[in-house]
Amino acid sequence: MTRSPLVLIGKIWLALILVFLYAPILVMAAMSFNASPFYQLPFQFSTDWYAKMAGNQQIIAAAIRSVLIACATTAIATVLGTAASVALFRYDFPGKRILQVLLFPPIAIPWLITGTAMLVFFFAIGIGRGTPAVLIGHVALALPYVIVTVSARLSSFDVTLEEAARSMGANAWTVLSRVTLPWIAPGIVAGALFAFAVSFDQFVVSYFLSEPGDSTLPVLIYTAIRKGFTPEINAISTIIVTVSMAVMFLAARFSKFGGSR
Amino acid sequence: MADLVTPAERRRLYTLLSPAYLWLMVAVFLPLSAMLFFSFLTDMPQDAPDWGVTLGNYAEFLSNPTYGTLMAKSLKLAVTVTLFCILIGYPCALVLAKSIKGRAREALFLMVILPFWSNSLVRIFSWAIVLRGNGVLERAINWVLPFDVRLNLMFTTDAVVIGLVHSYLPYVILTSYLALQAVDDDLIDAARSMGASKLTILRRILLPLSLPGLLAGAVLVFVPVVGSFMEPRILGGRMGTYYGTVIEDQFVAVYNWPLGAALSFILLAVVIVILAAASPVLKRAQT
Repeated sequence: MTRSPLVLIGKIWLALILVFLYAPILVMAAMSFNASPFYQLPFQFSTDWYAKMAGNQQIIAAAIRSVLIACATTAIATVLGTAASVALFRYDFPGKRILQVLLFPPIAIPWLITGTAMLVFFFAIGIGRGTPAVLIGHVALALPYVIVTVSARLSSFDVTLEEAARSMGANAWTVLSRVTLPWIAPGIVAGALFAFAVSFDQFVVSYFLSEPGDSTLPVLIYTAIRKGFTPEINAISTIIVTVSMAVMFLAARFSKFGGSR
Repeated sequence: MADLVTPAERRRLYTLLSPAYLWLMVAVFLPLSAMLFFSFLTDMPQDAPDWGVTLGNYAEFLSNPTYGTLMAKSLKLAVTVTLFCILIGYPCALVLAKSIKGRAREALFLMVILPFWSNSLVRIFSWAIVLRGNGVLERAINWVLPFDVRLNLMFTTDAVVIGLVHSYLPYVILTSYLALQAVDDDLIDAARSMGASKLTILRRILLPLSLPGLLAGAVLVFVPVVGSFMEPRILGGRMGTYYGTVIEDQFVAVYNWPLGAALSFILLAVVIVILAAASPVLKRAQT
């Protein structure tokens, strides 16, 4: 379609949507640099809230816990997910279709249901609440994302490459480490970043599974919002949004490179 | 692809597959089954040794009209949010897919999708900052308009709808965009060369061909909104009691887990019905 009033209206519409999507986040970020504790204007620049936040033991502890859980989730989900993707790609076996369909429920079922079900079950088998329960839950939520991302990359993999390597005398390990893995590496990196984001941003499942006083950042923020919050929460929220957007930006770059190479 | 012929290959398959699927089994599928079981109990076994089996939790849902009303309220909320997402998001996807080209399109598409992957709780919190009385939005409007405007949006149903549309809008844009991008431009050129107006092209070509993508997006919005509880809690205040918040209460405030399990399972049944009804469409959207 060429230049016309309709196209212009469309572009303005797109611009308005971007404003709608970003304005609240930018306002929140701006308020974390505003001196007034009651969000009063005029704006007065100050980094006090970041200093307060850095001195808040609860926030720091929750931040460290969130990052550690996200890293552990990323490591476990990436390894298990990549292994499963390779198996699903490499072999034909009865029930394969069912295994692929089973990846859908953890993504599609609202987290409220999954989270409460995990809580009930983990109590019944004695795991209860706490960091191990949160980690088990996060890995389960991240796994389907890793498998889908790595499988997408694998689908463009030419199996004859492996055969060629093998015919020239490479053993199974060499084929895997020199041919297969380098090819799917962008998919694995993207999957790992997805896993990190799923865990780091996860609120609902963490909320039901974490012990009071032993919570992740989003759970801490939720509790703070309901008790009456201060711009300290804006400061930590601004940091979280920056981190997760950066991670997702990288993931998008990697999965795109994965597709175009 | 290889068929399983040798025992060694079979062993390798199990070694590669079983860790991931055992994990999913323990963390997702067993819990969901366990929840169905617990929804038929009078008490949680770990709390009361004299627990028994009952249909009472489901009878409670049927006999107490509050739950039905809240389910209807949540469904209505989901319909409202989904409609807004379609009305706002589809034109946006159309512009992205058909009138912007090259690097600009890629960059804009990424910008639309990016917030979706940032923390949903934080984004809802940001609306609490914007919408609060005497907050940024009210001040901005009063600065532009000469007379005094009181929006009082915070702690209303409108605030909940705004927050949820903000949270899920990128889903509709993403799926519609992918579907629209797949529509062959030659088809549009052919229609135009034969004198079709823009509206005709939209109505007869673009809309029908991208409908599976649009509907897939609608389902992806509808399902989580029916089960939302954090957004209504933060933005809805006293107006923010929904089916999801009642389930949350059973687990974190009232501690009636069997009733909570029953309510969760009823929600799951509703979700499954919606997904099953939409599955032919979702399958078509995948291809």
